[in-house]
Parts: sequence; C-alpha cells; structure tokens
Amino acid sequence: MTNIIEVEGVSKSYGGVVANHKVSMEVPVGRITGLIGPNGSGKTTLFNSVVGYQPIDEGSIKFKGQEISKMNVQQIARLGLLRTFQQTRIYGNMNGVQNMLISVSHRNAAFLDMFKPYPAEMKDKAEHLLEFVGLYQKRKLSAGDLSFGQQKLLEFAMALMNDPEVLLLDEPTAGINPTLINGLLDRLHRANTEFGITLFVIEHNMRVVMNLADNIYCLAHGELLAHGTPDEIQNDQRVIDAYLGAH
Amino acid sequence: MSSNTKPVLLYGGILLIGIFLPLALPAFQTQISVMWMMVTFALTWDILGGRMGYNSFGNIVFFGVGMYAAASVQHELYFDIGQFEVISDQFNLQLTPDKYLFGLGLGMIIGAVICVALAWVLGSGILRLRGHYFAICTLGLGVAVGELAGTIDYIGAGSGMAAPVFPSAMGSAGLFYSYFFFILVVASFFSLKWLYSTRFGLAINAIRDDEDKAEAMGVHTLRHKTVAWTISAFFLGITGGLFGNMTGFIEPLEVAFPTITFGIFMVAMALLGGKGTLWGPVLGAILFHIIKETTWTYFLGWQWIALGVIIIVNVVFFQQGIMGYLEDKYPHWFGVEVEESNAIDDQAKEATQ
Repeated sequence: MTNIIEVEGVSKSYGGVVANHKVSMEVPVGRITGLIGPNGSGKTTLFNSVVGYQPIDEGSIKFKGQEISKMNVQQIARLGLLRTFQQTRIYGNMNGVQNMLISVSHRNAAFLDMFKPYPAEMKDKAEHLLEFVGLYQKRKLSAGDLSFGQQKLLEFAMALMNDPEVLLLDEPTAGINPTLINGLLDRLHRANTEFGITLFVIEHNMRVVMNLADNIYCLAHGELLAHGTPDEIQNDQRVIDAYLGAH
Repeated sequence: MSSNTKPVLLYGGILLIGIFLPLALPAFQTQISVMWMMVTFALTWDILGGRMGYNSFGNIVFFGVGMYAAASVQHELYFDIGQFEVISDQFNLQLTPDKYLFGLGLGMIIGAVICVALAWVLGSGILRLRGHYFAICTLGLGVAVGELAGTIDYIGAGSGMAAPVFPSAMGSAGLFYSYFFFILVVASFFSLKWLYSTRFGLAINAIRDDEDKAEAMGVHTLRHKTVAWTISAFFLGITGGLFGNMTGFIEPLEVAFPTITFGIFMVAMALLGGKGTLWGPVLGAILFHIIKETTWTYFLGWQWIALGVIIIVNVVFFQQGIMGYLEDKYPHWFGVEVEESNAIDDQAKEATQ
C-alpha cells in the first residue's frame, strides 16, 4: 500500500502555543483516513499545514513523494490536493451552477484559457454532481440563500467538480441535520469508491468516523496519541481518556 | 414582445441617441462627450469594484497616464519640443487632418499600451493587498502620481502642456469627440459583456465572494486580478488620450489626475447605478452626469451639496443601486429563473419516516 500523503515530524507553533509537535502520519492512496481528537488538539492546524495555508516550523510534508511544505495554497490545490473548510465557504452571490463551474480544476490552465467559455460537457458535469448531492433543484438559487447544510453539500460537490486526487474534509457533518448525515456518509463512500478520491477526514461525530474510515489517527494536545483501525481506536484507553479530559 | 426584439430595440435606441443627440443639441456636444466618458469611467471601475470586490480609488492614474502619453506622442511626431518652449506664447499647434488623426490614433494606442504595462506592474504588487488596504493604497497612488507628474519637465511639469489644435478643416470638434467617445462606450460595453460571460467573469466574481476559497480551489487569483486591472487601464488610457485632446490643455491635478472629481465620480456612478451589474454603471453614469450638470447650471453654489446628498442617499438607503434593486425585485426581467422545489426537505422527510 502506497501513501499519497506523508507527514513527517511536523511542528507548528503560534507564538508560545504549540499546536502541532512532531506529528507524523500517512494517508494511504485510495482509502479513507480519519483524524480525531478533542477540541484544540491541532487537527485543523495540521490540515492548514498540509494544504499550504501556513508555513510549518519544522518537518516535511510530501504529496505523491513530492515535498510540498514550501508551496502555496494555489499550487498545492492545482496538484490535486484539495480541502473543504470547517466554516463552510461557498461563493454566496453566485448560483449553484456558477459555483460548480468556477470550481473546475485549474491544473492545466493556460493563460488564455481564462477567456474561454465553459463547454457544454462541463455544465452537464456540474448539473450531474449537483444531482449527486441532491441540490439540482436549487442550482439557480444564490448559494448564499441556501441553508447551512445545503451549503456544506454544495462545497462537497464543488470539491468533486475539481477532480482532486485527495480531499481533506474538515468536519463534513458538523451542523448537518442528523437525518441527512446517513445520505452524506453514503456520498462520501461513493466519492471514494466511484470517483477514486482518497479522503482524509476530520470528524467529531464518532459514529460517522467509525463507519467511514479505514484507519484513524488521534491527536491530543498537538501530539499524535494513537493510530489504528476504528476498533483499535475505540478501545484505546488513551483515546478514551483524552476525550474524557484525563490528559 | 419576443425576447429577441427587446435587445434590438434597446441597442437600436441607444445607437440612435448616440448618433442624433449631439446633432440635436449642438450646444451640448462637449457635455455629451463627457457623459459618454463618464459611462466608460463607471464601466471600467466596475470591473474591479463591482465584479471583483476590489474598491480602487486610483484608476484615475491610467486616465492621466494615457492622456500625457498620447499628447507626448503627438508632440514628438510633429513638433520640435525646443521650439515649443521658446515661443510657446505664439506657437500654434496646427496640423493637417491626416496628421492630426494619425497622431491621435498612434498616441492613444501607445497610451493604452503603456497603461496596460503600468497596470500589470503596479497590480502585481498592489493587488496582493485586500479590502481597506487595497483601497487606501490606490488612493495614495492616485494622489502621488498627480503630484509626480507636476515635477516632470518633459510634460510641462506643473504648468501643463497643450494638445494639438483640432484642425478646422475637419468640421466640428464637438461632434467628432461626442461620436468618438460614444464608440468607446460601445466598444468597452460589449468587450465587458463578453468578458463577463467567459471563465474570467466567474473567476473575478469568485474572488469577490471569497478569495480564500478561490485560492484553496487553485484559481490563479493574482493572475485574474492583474488582468482585470489591465483591462480597466486599457480603456481608461484611451479615454484619457481622447479627453486630453478634446480639452486641449493638460494640467496634472485638475485635468489629468483629478482624484477628487473624476476619481470619486467613477465610484459614485457605479454605486448609484448598481455595482456588479452590466447596465448599472451605464445608467448610473448618465443619471449622475445629468444631475451634476443640472445642479452646476441652476443651483450653482449648491452643486457639491447636491452630489453629496445623492451619494449619502445612495449608500444609506439604496446600497445595491438602481439595477441591483431591480434585479432583486424583478429577477425574471434579467433571465434569472428559479425552480423552487424541496428535494432536500423531501429527503429529510423520507429519512425520518
């Protein structure tokens, strides 16, 4: 099994606060990897470091064997490593289809491509993916008028539109109506199996992450606490203590 | 009325206005020229201000640079600058029509090219700033360039420079410039209309709505922002070249780089008409210009107060502007159709049953 993301000894501090301390983990290609940990344990910090949102203090981050820790957000995104945000981010004044079209990958965009129109097959793909997440009927509404849960689904569809190789999802089910979570879980699985996208998911909902992930990393106080299959993690006393506040 | 005849009527009507208005009102030809210029101002300001969410108070730089560049080219072509300085009082910048037109055309082209290059260089740096920082930086830029132009002897420094005199053999200068400015409006309007329909249009909208998200999705944000500014600069450079020739005399602070008049007007006009809409800047500029000229003529002394009131009413009660208000209220006029359905809610119901 090859690893598509390799994080090695990554540390990141904000002033005196150590958010990540010598964290190492691997995301195997084609699988779903979970990342859990109590609030403030450094999960989002790690995501931000991986996608180039902030420089890291030390360590190495590799994507498909290529060092990416010195690259900026856009360069990394164009390599095919994409993230969604904890606080959902969509383009509020644009409608659903426009949100999808602008999310088409800019991986091979030549300078003059910006003056081209969108071909019909891209519009079809946009509508198909909106259908996939259940937003087809809302496609002509301003994205800003959608409910929070719908915006989350739209953001997920936008990420799929980009054809990423790896998708980093920061709490995909947070704020979503519990009745919709099963539908979303199903779509995440299908994104993995049908579209072949490797997923790396931060999730607080234990039921979700245990159902979703093949292997799980647990962070606490910025350090790697445990790694294993969902069963191993569920029964790991250190993880239980971390969540109950014994640390 | 079918949907095909509406645009024909609209564009045809505007074309007729463009052709016959200066003929019908010969005394107002300069005012009509300036009105069309205002439309170009608002349209080009809206590229960044309305579509991309970058409020620039420094677009006037390109207007002035285009103006000086065109006039300098015209001088270099046909006049000996040394002679010009010695006998400037009696010196008459008379040219034959073909020389005048060639000089004007070449001057505007070179001016536009210089403006594009300048916007590219400035933009690559300044457009890394966001929000208030970008706005204040461009404001400083506009003021600084005006002061700087006043120190360059080659362009007449603080005392300014004259543009060649419009050849009398070519008839009415007012008519010539009102048509020329109208053509410029048509050219910029349709260029922008096309541009907003391409990927570029969506990309700058995305930058306006959430630039961090656009970056995270791999959009070449700086590239799009810089190109947007160069397009603005291109049309403003040409506009400047024309205006300098129409006015006949170029002076750094009042004519070429007037930040507190034209520089602010272009913002106010786009806001009045509705920023981020296609017709808003056009409508806003025409209305603003008519109101401005009316108050200047009939309420002299109160004209700035009247303009201030318009701007305040606009930003307090009417932030989306005229076209923005209409788009909100009558979306179907603008081809926005919404299929209301509750697919998500239906799924939610199914899931709970």
